[in-house]
Amino acid sequence: MSTRMIVDKAVKYILFISAILSIIIVLAIAFFIFQESVQAWKEIGVGEMLFKRVWRPGQDQYGILAMIYGSVAVTFGAIILGVPLALGTAIFLGEIAPTGVRAVLRPAVQLLAGIPSVVYGLFGMVVLVPMVRQINVPGNSGYGLLAASIVLAVMILPTITSIAEDAIRAVPDSYRSGSLALGATRWQTITKVVLPAGRSGIIAGIILGVGRALGETMAMIMVIGNSVIFPSPLTKNPLTFFLSQARTLTGNIAVEISYATGVHESALFATGVVLFVLIIVVNASARWLISRQSDVQTTRQG
Amino acid sequence: MNNIKIETINYNLYYGKFHALRDINIKIPEKKVTALIGPSGCGKSSFLRTFNRMNDLIPGASMTGDVLIDDQDLFKIDPVSLRQNVGMVFQKPNPFPKTIFDNIAYGPRVNGLKDHKKLEEIVENSLRSAALWDEVKDDLNKSGLALSGGQQQRLCIARALAVQPSVILMDEPAASLDPIATLKIEDLIHELSQNYTIVIVTHNMQQAGRVSDYTAFFYTDETRTGRLVEFDETKTIFTNPSDQRTEDYITGRFG
Amino acid sequence: MTTLMSEEATERDLKMRKSSQKFWFAATWIFGAITFSILLLVIGYVIIQGGKAVNWEFLSTAPKGGLSGEGGVSTTLGTTLYLVLLTIGISTPLGVGAAIYLIEYAGEQSLTSPVLRALISIANFAVETLAGIPSIIYGLFGYALFVSALRFGWSLLSASLAGACLVLPTIIRTTEEALLAVPDDYRRGSLALGATKWQTLYKVVLPASLPGIITGVILSVGRVISETAVFFVTLGGSHRLPTSIMDGGRTLALHLYYLAMDTRAFDKAMGTGAVLVVMIILINLAIDFVSRKLTAGLKGR
Ligand SMILES: Nc1ncnc2c1ncn2[C@@H]1O[C@H](COP(=O)(O)OP(=O)(O)OP(=O)(O)O)[C@@H](O)[C@H]1O
Ligand SMILES: [Mg+2]
Repeated sequence: MSTRMIVDKAVKYILFISAILSIIIVLAIAFFIFQESVQAWKEIGVGEMLFKRVWRPGQDQYGILAMIYGSVAVTFGAIILGVPLALGTAIFLGEIAPTGVRAVLRPAVQLLAGIPSVVYGLFGMVVLVPMVRQINVPGNSGYGLLAASIVLAVMILPTITSIAEDAIRAVPDSYRSGSLALGATRWQTITKVVLPAGRSGIIAGIILGVGRALGETMAMIMVIGNSVIFPSPLTKNPLTFFLSQARTLTGNIAVEISYATGVHESALFATGVVLFVLIIVVNASARWLISRQSDVQTTRQG
Repeated sequence: MNNIKIETINYNLYYGKFHALRDINIKIPEKKVTALIGPSGCGKSSFLRTFNRMNDLIPGASMTGDVLIDDQDLFKIDPVSLRQNVGMVFQKPNPFPKTIFDNIAYGPRVNGLKDHKKLEEIVENSLRSAALWDEVKDDLNKSGLALSGGQQQRLCIARALAVQPSVILMDEPAASLDPIATLKIEDLIHELSQNYTIVIVTHNMQQAGRVSDYTAFFYTDETRTGRLVEFDETKTIFTNPSDQRTEDYITGRFG
Repeated sequence: MTTLMSEEATERDLKMRKSSQKFWFAATWIFGAITFSILLLVIGYVIIQGGKAVNWEFLSTAPKGGLSGEGGVSTTLGTTLYLVLLTIGISTPLGVGAAIYLIEYAGEQSLTSPVLRALISIANFAVETLAGIPSIIYGLFGYALFVSALRFGWSLLSASLAGACLVLPTIIRTTEEALLAVPDDYRRGSLALGATKWQTLYKVVLPASLPGIITGVILSVGRVISETAVFFVTLGGSHRLPTSIMDGGRTLALHLYYLAMDTRAFDKAMGTGAVLVVMIILINLAIDFVSRKLTAGLKGR
């Protein structure tokens, strides 16, 4: 065998190893985080951790329900604010914007995705929090779910917008001409044919946005207040719920990991396990929806 | 001569700077089948898209000259309502990813019809007219995409009929179908010509001969601009064309 | 033949459909405008407000450390640079190698072993999974494995290893896309001349896909510059410039966080933010430039 043949073989094996490195990393992440959390699940108990509201490491109380609730509440807020804007922008980019406008707005959306989360967090602290503080409700510090939801909405905007736009653009033009030829207006064509046909991809974009929202850490720490309380309305007015401070699962880990030891440290890893599982479920459902979208498009061609 | 449904007078079409069609004068008779034939790229599809103003959607497209439909200026009619009157069937069947029922009800619905009884009636009538009813009457809730190619095309024809147009444009409606499905479509065209004015683009000479009453032969000059060479009864075009190029094309000497 | 509806009804309906279209088109324009204004607002605010704090001194002096918030950002710029170089240096060969295998070798006919086939589809799945894992999880992992178990402590080494895992899926994916864009004719042409597979890849396929790979690398640089959560728990927070890979430090983004949260020095934090935002804008411009090159190159051939 000549040298170049040997090189050829050797390279193949080296490349193979890098290819399976991803598998090793996924397994290692799952293994280490789970392994480190075992102590907490054992000593504190699964039910105790998942369903107790009180997190007081000093007194050995490790319930993460308040944080689960905080993460879900702020994600919910971000979705309410961000999804309509993202979908509107995606429809605009995919169907309506003239080429020149699109050529400006698309890179803008990309740039929005690239801005570091600490910058969003800082913007939230300096601009949004003082504005929210103006709302005259006792106990309102400005920091809390409202400010955090707004910041998070902006952060997931580019994710959802670009995936939804891709889904809209993937809808074949023959559907549009078919609809227009039947006397539908362009807007009717968008709402009755294009959006339904791109539905799976659009929903997948929203779900991936949810995943990003659940995973966001630093910006949340900076604006949500981080009190370990179960978020609840500050007064009788239920809307003041959004002025309540909260803490997210991610924030819980980041804030305490550097000084935690023993069960406390293990409980933070357990928080990570909960987050990990949540995200895997969310992302898997998005992936499933995207694969369904491509199914639809292949049957069309068949 | 029959009543004239559509007439063009010195009609020109440009895509940006490209002159696609020059000085087309034609009178398309009502409730007859008119075939547009000619070599690839001579502007048949472009000409066809004029009649339902689908060219309006192409950036840079512009037109000069007059086009009359029922003696009205076609460019003065709102494109959306024009397209209710002038239906179109595309080369590749393009049913929506919706049920068979919803595919057919789509046109009436976007045109404001909500009454479900009436919609059911329209769906059945359209499917019957498109000779598809017997094959799908038990599967109206199945996806339109689950049908065979030939059935999909008839579904698209039914979908066009459902908005009750008076003109139907067909751009190589059988080009992607097998011979049996093609025959069915041809029979259907024949059937429909009793009630509709049909303009069909085809590359298949036998098909033009079989289904059409009139034939228009398009040809391109050196600048790739399309022109109408000859328009006459199909019989005449096929047996006794007056232009040498028409004869060459029909006898397959080029094209 | 009956008509769908009476003429007036059709007329009225058409008017309504048209005005509804006008309304909704206007609405999407407004949505687009809002999105654009958000970008302008955030970037404009940070650059204008932060710009006040930024001058040569700010960039060239070290932060004082402690709770004072005094000083500039020079050491954090240096730490950022070290971390970028290390992280990219580790992840690029691995990521590019993985992508080459997954695209160029995984489809091979000779690949009959079902175990190998299964491994490859699991690897593809793993890349997708990695791309979706939030960064704090990478941080936790890095903390458990590199900082604690391997006793690297809070250090450039721990942080760059964790960071490399974080950007790996980005590099793999962009490289995969770049490889897929190279026409098969190139490969066949080279193989037909008697080149080995690796020679073909090295001499023909990789050069053709280089702009795509570079795009992935620049994207990853941006990711490392912006990332905070991973390095928050793996890099420590020392304001000094690390002198070895076993030293900790803080990147610009981390520095911003400490300024805002610990010392409440908002003006300096904003200044740091302005520097970050300008870097990100430059990175986006670079990506734009390279991908233009890429499309131009593919068209030119
Ligand atoms: N959207 C468009 N933009 C620019 N030029 C176009 C467009 N559509 C068609 N053309 C050009 O106009 C000319 C006529 O095209 P058209 O599709 O009408 O031809 P055709 O006779 O239908 O051809 P075929 O038999 O291949 O379908 C061609 O030169 C074509 O390149
Ligand atoms: Mg054509």
